[in-house]
Amino acid sequence: MGGVQEIAWQAVTPPLALACAAVLVLLVDAFAGPPRTKRQALVPATITLLGLAFATSYWVGSVISYADVGTTWRTFCVGRPADGSSACSFELDGFTMVFWGIVLFGAAVVALLGTAAALDGRTPQGEWNFLLLCSATGALTIAASRDLITLVVALEVVSLPAFAMVGLRHGDRRAAEASVKFFLVSVISTAVMLMGVSLIYGVTGSVFFEQINAGLAAGAEPRRVAVAGTLLTIVGLAFKVAAVPFHMWVPDTYVGAPVAVAAYLSVVSKAAGFVGLMLVLAFGLPAFVDVWAPLMAVLAALTMTVGNVLALWQQHAVRLLAWSSVAQAGYILVPFGAAAGADGMDDSVLGAALGYLAIYAFVNLGAFSVAAVVGARHPRQRLSDYRGLIRDKPLAGWALAFALVALAGLPPGVIGLLAKVVVFSSAAGPVTWLAVVMALNVAIGLVYYTRWLMELFRPADVPAGSAYQMPIGVGVAIAATFAAGLVFSVLPGLLLDPVLGILG
Amino acid sequence: MNEPGLALNGLLAIPLGFAVLSALTARRPSDHLALGLAVLGSLVTLGWSVWVAFSAGGFVVDVAWIESMGVRWHLGADGISAPLIVMTTLITACCLVSLVKHAPSCGGRVTLAILLLVIETGSLGCFLALDMVLFFVFFEVALIPMWFVINSWGDAADEPGRRRAATRFLIFTVLGSALMLVGFLLVRSMTGTFDIVEIAAGRASYDFDSSTALLASFLVGLGLAVKTPLWPLHIWLPDAHSKAPTVGSVLLAAVLLKLGTYGFIRFWMPVTDAAWEQFVPLVAALAVVGIVYGALACLAQTDLKRLIAYSSVGHMGFVVLAVTTFTIGGVQAAVYASVAHGLITGLLFFVAGAIKDRYGTAELAQLRVLYGRVPRLAAVFAFAVMAGLGLPGLAGFWGEMLAIRSAVDPSGALPGNTFAVLAVLAGFGVILTTAYFLALMRGMLQGAPLEVRPVNPGTESVELESAEVDPGSRRVDTDMHALEWLAWSPLIALTLVLGVAPGLLLTPVSDATRVFLGGL
Repeated sequence: MGGVQEIAWQAVTPPLALACAAVLVLLVDAFAGPPRTKRQALVPATITLLGLAFATSYWVGSVISYADVGTTWRTFCVGRPADGSSACSFELDGFTMVFWGIVLFGAAVVALLGTAAALDGRTPQGEWNFLLLCSATGALTIAASRDLITLVVALEVVSLPAFAMVGLRHGDRRAAEASVKFFLVSVISTAVMLMGVSLIYGVTGSVFFEQINAGLAAGAEPRRVAVAGTLLTIVGLAFKVAAVPFHMWVPDTYVGAPVAVAAYLSVVSKAAGFVGLMLVLAFGLPAFVDVWAPLMAVLAALTMTVGNVLALWQQHAVRLLAWSSVAQAGYILVPFGAAAGADGMDDSVLGAALGYLAIYAFVNLGAFSVAAVVGARHPRQRLSDYRGLIRDKPLAGWALAFALVALAGLPPGVIGLLAKVVVFSSAAGPVTWLAVVMALNVAIGLVYYTRWLMELFRPADVPAGSAYQMPIGVGVAIAATFAAGLVFSVLPGLLLDPVLGILG
Repeated sequence: MNEPGLALNGLLAIPLGFAVLSALTARRPSDHLALGLAVLGSLVTLGWSVWVAFSAGGFVVDVAWIESMGVRWHLGADGISAPLIVMTTLITACCLVSLVKHAPSCGGRVTLAILLLVIETGSLGCFLALDMVLFFVFFEVALIPMWFVINSWGDAADEPGRRRAATRFLIFTVLGSALMLVGFLLVRSMTGTFDIVEIAAGRASYDFDSSTALLASFLVGLGLAVKTPLWPLHIWLPDAHSKAPTVGSVLLAAVLLKLGTYGFIRFWMPVTDAAWEQFVPLVAALAVVGIVYGALACLAQTDLKRLIAYSSVGHMGFVVLAVTTFTIGGVQAAVYASVAHGLITGLLFFVAGAIKDRYGTAELAQLRVLYGRVPRLAAVFAFAVMAGLGLPGLAGFWGEMLAIRSAVDPSGALPGNTFAVLAVLAGFGVILTTAYFLALMRGMLQGAPLEVRPVNPGTESVELESAEVDPGSRRVDTDMHALEWLAWSPLIALTLVLGVAPGLLLTPVSDATRVFLGGL
């Protein structure tokens, strides 16, 4: 291997495009000065969407070529002259592609939701979009990372802009408080995780997942240190995905942040945490499945139960969504726990988590999009503020109704139902007790989802007439998530076959 | 599309399609067109289902649906499901026809009609599904619409009560169906297929001796027991049935409960081994407890709709008892009793709703001497009650009789003595059933014509001798009108026909059971 390394540009372009778009947004904003018209205020969001579209076009190209001939791309490799093998830091395979799809869709929806803030003028649009693009760059990179260092750095690239996004709105003290809370928790979790990562490196002598796996399988010593490293890494990532008992930052942060940012945190940022977990556990530490799977099963059971039970008492819509997203994270963790009974590490287990994550992503984005619309008129976000939404704003009302039944896992949200089936099927057999706990939780979840659903159909206290402001961007976001949900409910195979097929 | 595909997918597409059409036309100044479309849809579905049921050989559709999960779009109609399918479409059509005259007081008649069609679609899907996950999906389809029906159109006088009833119904059923799903997935973890036909025929490697099989059967049974409902999981039922609007109660009792009993036959029997010690007899014992408990609870009821609801618990007990005998006769009895219960309880709830509409109450204490006030309505009610208590010559008789007979002679793998005792206890339940139904008739229908005066709740109604009442002051009550005759006469007629000629139903059921479950 001589001279300069070849770089697989096809694989690197999407994150690179987002990074370039981020710089462009910042420059344009700096030179153009404060926006004078509404249209000018939308320029940063437009650049963001164009950047995302550019990245998406490359993503589509990769997916097509992967589907046709199974091409994957590996780059930034380091050779090992001793045995002629090489390990790569960056890999674009089916797993990465699914996750990139989630991130690109999620970031686009959040960018559209962000346009609503352009109207009130309290959020600096240039910075906001810059931060969003930076964070999305990190989210793309983490899915492609195949070594611990890239993973940790990418995870920080996801998180750091997110702190600022939470607290960016001028004169909003609650947002600032939420931001600080989020920041402190995140920094601690990163520190814990780095400690774990360094222990694993110390034992195996490598940061690459393949080599860690090989080293542990060959019986790297001391094993106890490696186990401690595994546990610390899991704890660090559990903070990111807000698994109980590392969830306490979630409700306050979601409620304090603008709704668009809460949507981002609950979908893209959380998905980044999950992809980190999947990579570390399934790619790096399958040899320790006996250690981490029971732990994940307990975490899953705790997370869904606490999330659902605490959601029961919420009257604040976003706080309810926050607890519900904690509960949903519990469902996504179930397949990890199910790996315990499987012989070694079974990829289909990961497929279940990935499938649920993909479905959860657009359904939850739909719910948050509508919450953004209602929040503009009723900043207090009480559930009773949603009364009469079906009548006053049918698109938003039906979209939210659909999102809620899909989150609850009932038809007509067939896709939400199938997401639950996928997760159940991973757990039934290996950890049937967890499947039973989940069944109980699905029933508990219904209580609050239907409570909210009921409000949508009740006549409003105030007279009819559309007092809702729905900026066109938000309308597009709602329509996109709603349409995706409907299409996948009728033809679930479109989404599930490729996602489950990749790892199955 | 080939003929089976057209027949079976059509059966699901027609009610759904008309529901959509009706929704699209609902915003017109008057709701006649939309309601007309909904009624037409239910009638077309009824005709279509009759065609499907009477086509020789039956239809099967089996295509891939979600390949990655191994879920197939596997539908089929045979002698076990066809009677329930026709019963479902008939009851739904009756409900929609009755809506034409009985607009709910809170409005939203078209929405209610649309929801009924969606519920019909889900129920038909359940009766057609031969894939376990597909059954589960259709099982859930009817839930949200039914929740809306109870929640929005239920008892107008008791808003918190109906909301609580609706949510309790939803949560119980979902909890049950989620556990059922876990059971199905356990079955698949052993057999590698969701296809119940393969499993029932013994072509899939289902190991009855493993503890996983017992757990799977337990979970599937538990989920279905909530829906059926089997004592002690019935506690959601009385509230849901009594708070629902008339058409909701009719559909709940006649159709949705049958998803549970049908599920027992189609999806529980194949994954359960009669030879498991104590498990099957335990289920049978719970069914018998339900029979006796339901009858005793009926004796204590003060509300007509609650009484009918509790009588369903007893009737469903007979069905489950029949299933647990693991004999052809048992399956015959179960299907027969399911259909008979659908017709009779549907009729009972229709009449109870009509009485409640006329007098504004279903309190038994305030309903007196209906023979004298609404003679025709009272006669239909008496007919339905007679059918319900199992009068020979009417449909209700054969269901109970065959259930008890099959319990006397259960499958060889089961403890015969235990079942003999259970059969005797079930017979005792029949006596109790007769007792409360006769008490109901005497209290509600008979006696001299009296003036019913609305009185303070809790006090007895003041009875006056008819001779002392001035004829001019006697209230004129509306008796049955033409539309009620139209909606109810098919139920009355079929109750008679099935009572006189039970062979119409029993022969196809036994043939289909032999094909589906082998010799038993």
